[in-house]
Amino acid sequence: MDAKSNILSRLRVALLAPGDDSARKAAVAARLKSSPNGVIPARAQLPAASQVDLFIAMGEKFAATVTRVKSAKEVPESVSDYLRSKNLSSRAAMGSDPRLTAMPWSKEKHLELKVGPSDGTDETGISHAFGAIAETGTLVMTSGADNPTTLNFLPENHIVIVEASTIKGDLETIMADIRKSYGKGVMPRTVNFITGPSRSGDIEQKIILGAHGPRALHIVVVG
Amino acid sequence: MQITSPTFKANATAALADVNLQKAMGHVRTGFIDKRKASIDLLPEFDLLRDSAKAIKDHTLAHLDLYLEAYVEKVEKSGGHVHFAETAEDARAIILKLCRDVGAKTATKGKSMVTEEIALNQHFEENGIIPVETDLGEYIIQLRGEHPSHIIAPAVHLTKEQVESDFRRVHTHLDVNRNLEEPVTLLNEARQVLRQKYFEADVGITGANFLIAETGTSVIVTNEGNGDLTQILPKTHIVVATIEKIVPTLSDVSQILRILARSATGQDMSVYTTLSTGPRRKGDVDGPENYHVVILDNGRTKMIGTEYQDMLRCIRCGACMNHCPVYHSIGGHAYGWVYPGPMGAVLTPSLIGVAQGGHLPNASTFCGRCESVCPMKIPLPKMMRHWREREFEQHLQPLTYRYGLGVWAWFATHPKAYHFMAKLGIPVLSMLGSAKGRFKSLPLAGGWTKWRDLPAPEARTFQQQWAQREARKQEVR
Repeated sequence: MDAKSNILSRLRVALLAPGDDSARKAAVAARLKSSPNGVIPARAQLPAASQVDLFIAMGEKFAATVTRVKSAKEVPESVSDYLRSKNLSSRAAMGSDPRLTAMPWSKEKHLELKVGPSDGTDETGISHAFGAIAETGTLVMTSGADNPTTLNFLPENHIVIVEASTIKGDLETIMADIRKSYGKGVMPRTVNFITGPSRSGDIEQKIILGAHGPRALHIVVVG
Repeated sequence: MQITSPTFKANATAALADVNLQKAMGHVRTGFIDKRKASIDLLPEFDLLRDSAKAIKDHTLAHLDLYLEAYVEKVEKSGGHVHFAETAEDARAIILKLCRDVGAKTATKGKSMVTEEIALNQHFEENGIIPVETDLGEYIIQLRGEHPSHIIAPAVHLTKEQVESDFRRVHTHLDVNRNLEEPVTLLNEARQVLRQKYFEADVGITGANFLIAETGTSVIVTNEGNGDLTQILPKTHIVVATIEKIVPTLSDVSQILRILARSATGQDMSVYTTLSTGPRRKGDVDGPENYHVVILDNGRTKMIGTEYQDMLRCIRCGACMNHCPVYHSIGGHAYGWVYPGPMGAVLTPSLIGVAQGGHLPNASTFCGRCESVCPMKIPLPKMMRHWREREFEQHLQPLTYRYGLGVWAWFATHPKAYHFMAKLGIPVLSMLGSAKGRFKSLPLAGGWTKWRDLPAPEARTFQQQWAQREARKQEVR
């Protein structure tokens, strides 16, 4: 027998799995199908408007910076202002997400945008989030040509655009949104939950920002 | 790796005398205990979530064969491959073959305790593949030729001065006059050195905090971003995980994530929680082209259905060791194998046998803090007691210890003899120690009095005092 069969049969013996295993199988199938939610913290169950406020407060608590604009049209100017305020170069890499490319970037004449994944030389990356989680100030990024995963990790500065309507109170609601978008049981190659800029506490338990990923995380909330 | 658990007592004695270790361990309180408490105080539902998470894991373990099958089916559907390994040796062989199949020369690694358990780095080195640890703490200890002393903070036993001297010794291409006094300069140097390695690697190896049956997804939880660079830049991503990492659904993993980071580092969420499903998709512009998952047993199926099954709920947060007075005093290396602290004291005898790991469950004051902070409510002291019983049954302790226990057991089961001896001995000890109220040394008790004084007993035994108290009560009535 191969390793898989050996391991599974040892488990069945140890678990005293009966010959007629229909009850156990039914329990597993039911859980996989219904994926029941457990305990949702009260702080995540707020009206939609308060959820955006909580997301911004939690994001800032975990060392991200956040600005809020009224519409997608205002994003390029806001990004441009941020780069200038941090003394960063006007070059950035961005994915081909239509929500990003439809924004009026050409108005910001000095910005030089490259569309595609990062090769490690980009100082700044710009991505569009799938959504966000208010209870922990967490961004949710899904991979694809539109938002390459390398942009989330290689540039020193990461700017993420997120629509206010996609900010949900709790993790479970975002998981349900992913199921809705990609189909039950189907996932994009990579989903990154990002809470603040990268950090390490490995030397004398002192937290330092900017370990291997971005040193700074800037969030632009739209709407 | 060489197992030194059988010489635990000597290891611990050396650790107590290690000045650098004792200094470094002083950071555990502010680094872990206070932060955990602060984050939990802000989540009133923390205990409800612990119950929920425990129930999820208990349900999963009771149906583990079926969830494993469901998981494998989903991974294969998304274009990934699953390989089962019964032993550490099997896992090493599978991983080496996967690396050779793509002509790998270098493999970057995200932080993974299971690859420590199977001693993967050593196996790579013996077979011409260069392993590069990318987590800052793992990188530091790899430079030193050491093993992790903590499951989430591998270099917790070191001071920044020690790290500085290692970086100066190894990074000889950098300016000798550079300033490396502050941790931030050390971190920046490691970032710079490792950045190139991610691009050079042919294979990226990570562990997994969870494997999700609903979607065939592996999950890593990190703060530095090194695990993600490890798994998205090379052509091949290999996940190494053990059978009990399975959870049923995305909703279930959400419950456990709420208690994992809080218990580990006192964060509401770790900076990066990454869900990976299969290799890169059609149209993707980055990500690995090959995705393999190696699922290891290595003794865990034998724990199912025994008094040690609860240990398989462990999510490797490290809270038990962060709160353990023994771990604080001696650090992780003294435990002599991969897993230190209370969780190691239970898991080590399960995986390498009580003959080798039997000292570890004895290294406990049974203060119970480990169980009280365990997010998965694992009854660690109870299981350590089980191991002590197994050790006794198998006649593994020294003869003096066994005789001593035998003598005590005889008296404990013969109350008349016990009372007689106590009545005889207590007044003598009390009289001898009456001047100072304690003994600095005592025949046959050198093991105790070498480190601390023994308090002198009261003049009368407990039973005598109790009897007198009861008699007085009767008089009052």
